[in-house]
Amino acid sequence: MSQALPDATSLAQSVQNHEVSATSIVASAIARIEKHNPLLNCFTTVLAEKAMQDAAAVDAAIAAGKDPGVLAGVPFGVKDLFDVAGISTLAGSKINAENPPAAQDATLVVRLKQAGAVLVGAQTMDEYAYGFVTENSHYGASRNPHNPAHMTGGSSGGSASAVAGGLVPLSLGSDTNGSIRVPSSFCGIFGLKPTYGRLSRAHTYPFVDSLDHLGPFARSVRDLALVFDLLQGSDSADPVCTQRSPQPCLPELTKGIEGLRIAIADDYFLKGAEPEMLTALETLAKALGATQQITIPEAHRARAAAFIITACEGSNLHLKDLRQRPQDFDFATRDRFLAGALIPATWYLQAQKFRRWYRDRVRELFAQVDIILAPTTPCPAPLIGQTNLILDGQEVLLRPNVGLYTQPLSLIGLPIISVPVQRPGKLPLGIQVIAAPYNEALVLRVAAYLETQGIVSATIPDIIDRRWFRKY
Amino acid sequence: MTDSEQDLSTFVDQTARLIGLPIPADYRQGVIDNFERIAAIAQLVTEFPLPEDTEIAPVFEP
Repeated sequence: MSQALPDATSLAQSVQNHEVSATSIVASAIARIEKHNPLLNCFTTVLAEKAMQDAAAVDAAIAAGKDPGVLAGVPFGVKDLFDVAGISTLAGSKINAENPPAAQDATLVVRLKQAGAVLVGAQTMDEYAYGFVTENSHYGASRNPHNPAHMTGGSSGGSASAVAGGLVPLSLGSDTNGSIRVPSSFCGIFGLKPTYGRLSRAHTYPFVDSLDHLGPFARSVRDLALVFDLLQGSDSADPVCTQRSPQPCLPELTKGIEGLRIAIADDYFLKGAEPEMLTALETLAKALGATQQITIPEAHRARAAAFIITACEGSNLHLKDLRQRPQDFDFATRDRFLAGALIPATWYLQAQKFRRWYRDRVRELFAQVDIILAPTTPCPAPLIGQTNLILDGQEVLLRPNVGLYTQPLSLIGLPIISVPVQRPGKLPLGIQVIAAPYNEALVLRVAAYLETQGIVSATIPDIIDRRWFRKY
Repeated sequence: MTDSEQDLSTFVDQTARLIGLPIPADYRQGVIDNFERIAAIAQLVTEFPLPEDTEIAPVFEP
C-alpha cells in the first residue's frame, strides 16, 4: 500500500486558498519527521521551533491580505552543506561541528523562503559529499523508505529519503558526480541536476569547484519545475553562476514530446547494468517512441577524468585538516582524501583538458538528438553495509562503481533528471533524461510527459521497519 | 611486492613528505591502496591522445 500525500504545488494552493494553514502543514511535517526520522535518519538537525515561527509568519501574511508566495507553507529540507543561519554547516563531518553557526542562509535557501517555503531541517549526507551511500560513521546511515535495510544512495541520501518517505515534499541537494541522481534512483523520486553554473552555489560548503552542482528533489515534475524556476538567477557571490537570463520551465511542461529526437545511450551505458535496469530503460524508450541509439564517445575515460578532478580538488580543500587531524575524518573518506592530495599536477591538468575535448564531442551529438536516455545506477538500492557489486559478471567494489553512469555526464555539466520507475513489490529505480546544456526545460518536459503517461511516478511507501529482513 | 607496487609506495611516502602531509602508520596501507586505484584510473586519461591545441575550458575573470 502506498500513500498519497499532496505535492508542494497542491499544498501551497491549499494554503493560498485558505483551506489549510501553513502552521498546520508544517506541524504535521514535523510530526512525521519525529515519527520516522529515528528509523530513516534523514535529518541531522530539525528546526521545529524556527519552522513553526516561519509558518506562523506565512499565515499572518495571508491574514493581512499579502501574497504569501507560490510555495506558501511548504516544508522543505536541505542537505547539510547548505548554510542555514544559526546552525553550523556540518557537511556530514565531525570537524565542521566546531565551526561557528552560519551567519546567513545559502542563496537558494533564501530564494525558497522568499517564495513562502518553510525550512524544517538539515539532512544527512556522506562526509564532505565524498560518497554514494550515505553511510556516515559520525551520524549513521540514512535508510531507504521503500525498505530500510537498503541504502538511500548518496551523497544527498537524507534529502532523497525525506522526500521519498513523505517527511517533506521538497529537498535541496548537491551533485558533483551523481549525488542527486543516485539517491533519486535508489529512493524512487524525481531529482534534477541542472546545468553546471545554472544555480548559485553561494554559501554552501563546497566539494569540487569544477564539478559541484546544486538542485532539487521532489515527488512531482511540476514541483521540480516550480522550484527550479524560483532558484534560477545570477548571483555575484558565486563566480561560476551563469549571467544568462532565467528560463521559466513551468510553462513548458505541457508541450509534450512531438518532434523531439530521443535516443538511448548505447555502448558504455548499456554495459554492466542489471537486466531490470535495462527493462525499465526499454519501457521508457518505448513510451517516448525512442528507437535510435547514440554513442557517447570515451565515456569510460570521462568517468576517469571526473574521478581524478574530484580526488584532486576535494583533497586540496581539506589539506589543512588532513595534515593536522586525519583521525577526525570518516574512515570512508580519509584514505581517499589523503591519497588524492598526492596526485601529480599533470594527471589533473590532463583530466581537465580531456574534459574540454569530451565536452566538444558531446556538444556535437546534440546536433543529432535532443534527449538522451541512460540508466541512473547499475542496480536498485543495495543493502546497507554491502561492499561489492556484480557488474558484467565481475565482482567489483560498490562505492566507486555506483556512479558509473552519472559521472561521465556531470563531468561536462549537462542538465539531467533522474525519473523514478516504480515496480510493485520491488525497489524503485531511476533513468536519466539528459539534454544539451541550459535545456532544463526540455528534460522537465519529457519527464512531465512520462509522468502523465503513468510511466514514472514517486509514490510514498508505508514505512515499515524491515531492517532485519534481508529479503525484500 | 612487485616493482610497480614498490614504486607507488615510495611515491606515496616521498610525495607526502615533500608536501608536508604526515600519513599515520595505521592509514599508510589504505592510502597506498587508494593511490594505486587512482593511478590505474589516471592512465585512462593520460594514455588518450588529445590534440595539441586542447585548452582547459574555465576562464579566469580578473
